[in-house]
Amino acid sequence: MKKLMVTAALGAVMGLAAGAASAGTIEDVKAKGFVQCGVSQGLPGFSNPDDKGNWTGLDVDVCRAVAAAVFGDASKVKYTPLSAKERFTALQSGEIDMLSRNTTWTATRDTALGLNFAGVNYYDGQGFMVRKSLGVSSALELSGAAVCTNTGTTTELNVADYFRSHKMPYEIVAFEKSDEVVQAYNAGRCDVYTTDASGLYAQRLKLTKPDEHIVLPEIISKEPLGPVVRQGDDQWFNLVKWSLFAMVNAEEMGVTSANVDEMKKSTNPAIRRLLGVEGKFGENMGVSNDWAFNIVKQVGNYGEAFDRNVGPKTPLGIARGVNALWSKGGIQYAPPIR
Amino acid sequence: MSVSTEKDDSARVPLWNDPNVRGLVSQIVLIAFIVWFGYELFSNYASNIAKRNIATGFGFLSTTAGFSIAQTLIPYTEESSYGQAFLVGLLNTLLVSGIGIFFATILGVLLGIARLSKNWIIAKLATMYVETLRNIPLLLQIYFWYVAVLGVLPMPRNAASLLDSFYLHKRGLSMPKPIFDSAAVIVLLALIAAIVLVVFLSRWSRKRQEATGEQFPVFLSSLGILIALPVVAYFLSGSPIHLEYSVLKGFNFRGGMTLIPEFMALLLALVLYTASFIAEIVRAGIQAVSHGQTEAAGALGLRPGQILRQVVIPQALRVIIPPLTSQYLNLTKNSSLAAAIAYPDVMHTFAGIVLNQTGQAVEIILITMAVYLTISLLTSMFMNWYNAKIALVER
Repeated sequence: MKKLMVTAALGAVMGLAAGAASAGTIEDVKAKGFVQCGVSQGLPGFSNPDDKGNWTGLDVDVCRAVAAAVFGDASKVKYTPLSAKERFTALQSGEIDMLSRNTTWTATRDTALGLNFAGVNYYDGQGFMVRKSLGVSSALELSGAAVCTNTGTTTELNVADYFRSHKMPYEIVAFEKSDEVVQAYNAGRCDVYTTDASGLYAQRLKLTKPDEHIVLPEIISKEPLGPVVRQGDDQWFNLVKWSLFAMVNAEEMGVTSANVDEMKKSTNPAIRRLLGVEGKFGENMGVSNDWAFNIVKQVGNYGEAFDRNVGPKTPLGIARGVNALWSKGGIQYAPPIR
Repeated sequence: MSVSTEKDDSARVPLWNDPNVRGLVSQIVLIAFIVWFGYELFSNYASNIAKRNIATGFGFLSTTAGFSIAQTLIPYTEESSYGQAFLVGLLNTLLVSGIGIFFATILGVLLGIARLSKNWIIAKLATMYVETLRNIPLLLQIYFWYVAVLGVLPMPRNAASLLDSFYLHKRGLSMPKPIFDSAAVIVLLALIAAIVLVVFLSRWSRKRQEATGEQFPVFLSSLGILIALPVVAYFLSGSPIHLEYSVLKGFNFRGGMTLIPEFMALLLALVLYTASFIAEIVRAGIQAVSHGQTEAAGALGLRPGQILRQVVIPQALRVIIPPLTSQYLNLTKNSSLAAAIAYPDVMHTFAGIVLNQTGQAVEIILITMAVYLTISLLTSMFMNWYNAKIALVER
């Protein structure tokens, strides 16, 4: 019996040690055959399962782009739905390979949690939603309101800063899951629901009567949302970062999923480099040279992903705004592939 | 001669067959193994954390928290530290557990006695209560009270009011808050004096009864002292306590105090659920006292109330206390389900919000586990002391 226990314990310790001394993430991903991607528990437009159980959304498209770069097949992704509270632990512990879950890039998260932000796929800001019947038209009229929000988010801290700096009393009710927040707001536990503006538009669709609620004009914070990886694996970090950049560059060059095959014959050197006709940019990252071709072909460029998931023609109806390309008045900007 | 005998002995029993030596060696090996295992776990953790550049240590406790908490028993603002946020959470846990234990005990004892009632309806109703409440998962009951009962109350503007000072609405129960002026100390001192007096009175009356057999109406006179002394002090010191009423202003009630619905839902669920277990413990305890005791007490001329209080309950308590302790511990630990409905207890505030804002999972989970362990051990120590006190004294 004791012998058995010793063996078991030894096995456990060696298992832990093995977990610690893993190879690069990209080798692990190639070996297991899919990218394990952490997403939200259901945020329409960003990461949400459709009626057939397939995940769609702007954040999901980043996961798919990475899979397209590694495997040449955007469908080789497995999704882990995570609450705001669970997301960083899941990434730190290696349960997921990357996190693409409307996560705000902040100093603490970038420096103290052992994480690296691989870019920004959506520039957001925090807003407030209230019932029209309250007759409120500005966030400055919210003194004394009960506010529903998510625990473990930047939202929770921003709302505290905002009410504090305007010397307005308020009551905070913070739930762990987004669905619980929406339900509590819907049931009237709170006067105000606050989260990133994109999230407000997305969650409004889940309310009993979406028309009876308005989003107030104030945007009280900067929320650059982007994919996250663990520190200490620069190769994987580079791959995720450049998968996103490839989507933005493709839009800038006018390469879309529809015309990408023809574009391969383009004489424009920048396009030839992007699509792997010239140069060995894929090899430097540990993937094949047509990595970006696969991303654009299977996932589309950034603009396509935006329009498909959150753009004006979707139920969310969000305008490009600051998320337009830098050349079109926005701030989406990717370094050149060269 | 003796030396050679010893040699012979040791030759007969080799070292590895000596039970003492074998026992000692296996103990040492086991301890060494446990120490090595613990060390492996720790160094594995430390090296992984270091490799991933994750901050460690307890320094974060003095950093500014920056978030707000719905229910705070001690002064707390967004400028307070994570350490203070932890204290707020801890006190909220203790509050709901303490009040929960108090009411669960009262309700449980009443139900336990009701189950043994000779009145058919009362007994059956108590049985129904116990069988229903203890067989529905606690989390479900918490949601029931939170969503289905407290969640459908009217909005603050249409709150149900009682005496124009208590208001029940979706955002909680608003009620007047007592405000103590500095002279209120006199009333407090009067209350303490009354308690001391009552203790002396009951001791004196017990001694007198043991000596002379004469009884003194201790309960009524104690009640009189406890009420009269503070009331007299209150008026003599010029009414230093007054009430601040809740007023509907803007969206919500301001002033006074408001019990948040999260607290009420959690408390209701914990009390009603745990009371069903306590009822069964009390019933079993009373039934464990032989019926002969009741009959003997009756033969001595004691009235039914006296039999219950003087004969049955003291003996039943010996059976009741140990499992009751487990129920108290369960209630305290179950209060961590608060996280499901956003009641800001230590689990929600510290192991939830603070963990997420700082990312220091290992430290925070360790502290939280230590908190529940400490609360449980203290409760258990107190109950063991009480159990020893009421145990059968053998003469």
